[in-house]
Amino acid sequence: MHSPNPETDWPSELYRVLKAAGVKQMSYVPDAGHSQLIRMFSADADVTTNVLTTEEEGIAIAAGAWLGGQRSVLLMQSSGVGNCINMLSLSAIGRFPLLMLVTMRGEWAEFNPWQVPMSRATQPSLEAIGLKVMRAETAGDLVETVESAAALAYESDQQIAVLIGQRLIGKKKW
Amino acid sequence: MCIPSELDRRAAVAALLRNRKDTLVVAGLGSPTYDLHATGDRDDNFYLWGAMGGAALIGLGLAQAQPSRRVLALTGDGEQLMGLGGIATIGVARPSNLVIVVIDNQHFGETGMQASHTGRGVDLTAIATACGFVATATVRTLEEVQGLAADIAEPADGPRLFVIKVRAENPPRSLPSRDAVFIKNRFRAHLGFAAA
Repeated sequence: MHSPNPETDWPSELYRVLKAAGVKQMSYVPDAGHSQLIRMFSADADVTTNVLTTEEEGIAIAAGAWLGGQRSVLLMQSSGVGNCINMLSLSAIGRFPLLMLVTMRGEWAEFNPWQVPMSRATQPSLEAIGLKVMRAETAGDLVETVESAAALAYESDQQIAVLIGQRLIGKKKW
Repeated sequence: MCIPSELDRRAAVAALLRNRKDTLVVAGLGSPTYDLHATGDRDDNFYLWGAMGGAALIGLGLAQAQPSRRVLALTGDGEQLMGLGGIATIGVARPSNLVIVVIDNQHFGETGMQASHTGRGVDLTAIATACGFVATATVRTLEEVQGLAADIAEPADGPRLFVIKVRAENPPRSLPSRDAVFIKNRFRAHLGFAAA
């Protein structure tokens, strides 16, 4: 039996964990760090995927999905968190389950200085609007963290952002 | 550019929803929420008091989760203008069971009636058409709204967006509950889902 190594194939592990959690909708603004997960969901006829023009759209889609009885996950990079803040009022005040997977930029071997300010603001701004923030720096920890975050979100009506450390994603080649 | 409409928004929304049957309705913040409530509070109404720009996208997530049900996002021009990118997202997603109706008074009615973009030449139906919506129209009379209600009841093969031009005024507010958890759980219970 094929058993993927979580240290090298964590996107496949995240896909497995999210499928096991019953995720039926996935929305995203692309990030290189999410590219494999986006490909896997896009190839899955059992999951509806939405490409977004801005990340806050995914907050509203997730709330609508929940109203209709489905679980949704939202993928973005840290720069997109700033676009989401007012829309997160919806998840917070409606206690809508929310699971966001955020790939971090601007914090580890970053080439583009424009990524740094929003990187610094990501966790404090998410916490300020009321989200629970979980972080993972290794692949093994990430898979376990997402599994636990999915349970907290969908079973306990929590709003959770999992930050995926840039150290884990690796350096972007320029 | 700004052609005023004499259509009463409450009469228009009442005519639009008179035979809604099992249509699920999401209302955008401000007047559309009051307009929807004024037609009668129902378990299959979801009212927004914030999340500006999100009404049609909540409609999208709901439509995707409930493909056999018709979903109506009832919103205002200011709310939809804030979610302009969402029209592109919905155009790409192509949900055949989602209808967006913009109650367009060409003003930001909740904040002092400042003129909005739609009274200055911005045409939401043209934007929706360019984004791949399969049907769009702008209506200005009660008779046209009645025709629109009949059209909406027919199946379509993609998303639709209609603009109802109405008089710029604030009728007496008709206020639904502001408790989003209550409204959410009531809505889900209507569809057969238990609260956590």
